[in-house]
Amino acid sequence: MSDPILTVTDLRVSYGRVEAVRGVSFSAEPGSLVTLVGANGAGKSSVINAVSGMLRPAGGRITFEGCDITRTPAHKLVAQGLVQVPEGRQILATLTIEDNLRMGAWHTGGTAQQSMDAMYERFPVLAQRRALPAGALSGGEQQMLAIARALVAKPTVMLMDEPSMGLAPKIVDEVFRVIGEIRASGTTVVLVEQNARRALRAADHGYVLQNGAVVHSGPAVGLLADERIVQAYLGVETGRAGEDGRAGP
Amino acid sequence: MQQLLNGIFIGSIYALFAIGFTLVFGILDRLNLAHPAVFAASAFVGIELVERGGLSLWAALPIVFVFGAVLGLLIERLAFRPLKGRADAHFAGLISSIALAGMVIALLQWRYGPDTRRFPAGSFPDTRYEVAGAQVTLVQVVILGVSLALMVGLTYMVTRSRLGRGMRAVAENPTAARVLGVNVDRITAVTFAISSALGAVAGVLFAINVNTAQLGMGSAIELKGLAVIIVGGMGSLPGALIGGLVLGLAEVFAVQYIGSSWRDVIAFGLLFVILLLRPQGLLGARKVREV
Repeated sequence: MSDPILTVTDLRVSYGRVEAVRGVSFSAEPGSLVTLVGANGAGKSSVINAVSGMLRPAGGRITFEGCDITRTPAHKLVAQGLVQVPEGRQILATLTIEDNLRMGAWHTGGTAQQSMDAMYERFPVLAQRRALPAGALSGGEQQMLAIARALVAKPTVMLMDEPSMGLAPKIVDEVFRVIGEIRASGTTVVLVEQNARRALRAADHGYVLQNGAVVHSGPAVGLLADERIVQAYLGVETGRAGEDGRAGP
Repeated sequence: MQQLLNGIFIGSIYALFAIGFTLVFGILDRLNLAHPAVFAASAFVGIELVERGGLSLWAALPIVFVFGAVLGLLIERLAFRPLKGRADAHFAGLISSIALAGMVIALLQWRYGPDTRRFPAGSFPDTRYEVAGAQVTLVQVVILGVSLALMVGLTYMVTRSRLGRGMRAVAENPTAARVLGVNVDRITAVTFAISSALGAVAGVLFAINVNTAQLGMGSAIELKGLAVIIVGGMGSLPGALIGGLVLGLAEVFAVQYIGSSWRDVIAFGLLFVILLLRPQGLLGARKVREV
């Protein structure tokens, strides 16, 4: 076991008087894929937004590569290599695809042509339409753009918030294939997903959140194998869009 | 012909003023009503630089540009940033910027008194040109040249440069911009600085054009500037340029052919008709904002 690259200790997040996250702790080892799963409103997104600096935590401690980043603003963390693929993709719809990718390299000050070319090679659909406004892309393509844009920033840790949300099952497969590649290239991934089974199948380690606290954690395989956890927290498999309806890999 | 040229000269000043106004609105979704105070303050400062500092008109322009930028930073810091987290930040900023404008005007009155001020005699070169039978002074040519250069420069900056890309990202979606590592506070401050620098140069050019600076010159142009950016399409830079020229020409021709007391009736009437025909403004493609 190596030292974790990202450690979250007793994290608390409040919106006014409402406590959304009440003492969550987790860690990610370099190169691993860690997932936070749980129902809507369990506090998953609040955790990830606190880690990325988009939200100011009410308490607790976050360290990244050994440094305390609990109060570091988002724009500094991107430059340090902690990059978020936000919920709802947040692409810049009126800007061109090219400009969206360029914005991924904002902190470098340069154009990052090399890493942009690498993304065009990896996602040919973006290359064909690079001069179009990003709003012209389909939902799945926009998700790929959001991921590509984050990769241009050359992250060491990538925080992904609900990347499969609202996408057709076939596109979800594609998104998870890309997540697998990112992880295989050595980037640490912290994945927040409502699609819990799918996320746990891809992950090394899993944390189940409920009402702003971790109720179960352990190796992803173990969580998936535990009938009580599956029954209580992961729900029944349904055929809803974005849910993985198939019987295992 | 003479009237056409005069309309273009005054219109280019309106356009420059309005572009600063619409820049902050388009990128930050805020209406900065201290902008007219920057316009007035810069005119007085410009006259003082020439009168006391002994500078030429042209040397005063870049100094006024910097003065405007600093005022813009102050406006953002004092009137907008403290309120940015509030749910009613739009309205709150509107009111606090009016308050700040009032204070700036009061400071001007304290420093310069209530009287109209002019550039000292001999500040203007007498070079004149004949253009198609019309008289044009060197000063007017410079006014047009400076306005156009600043507007072209701004447009290039917004569409081509890294800073402009950051501005467009903030305009489109501030949350996404933050996620991407953009320091939104800094972009906001820079936008205010550029906007006010343009408003400041517009103010001193206006004072040069009519050789007058008055405490009320800001409020006189305030409504014109608002009308221009609404007619041009809120947030549209080329729209503000066209709107400013239309207003300048309408005013000049109204004075020439109908009478000076009809100037505002004709000019604002025309803008009203344009809005009836095109409610979104001439070049307005009002984008749907993320909530």
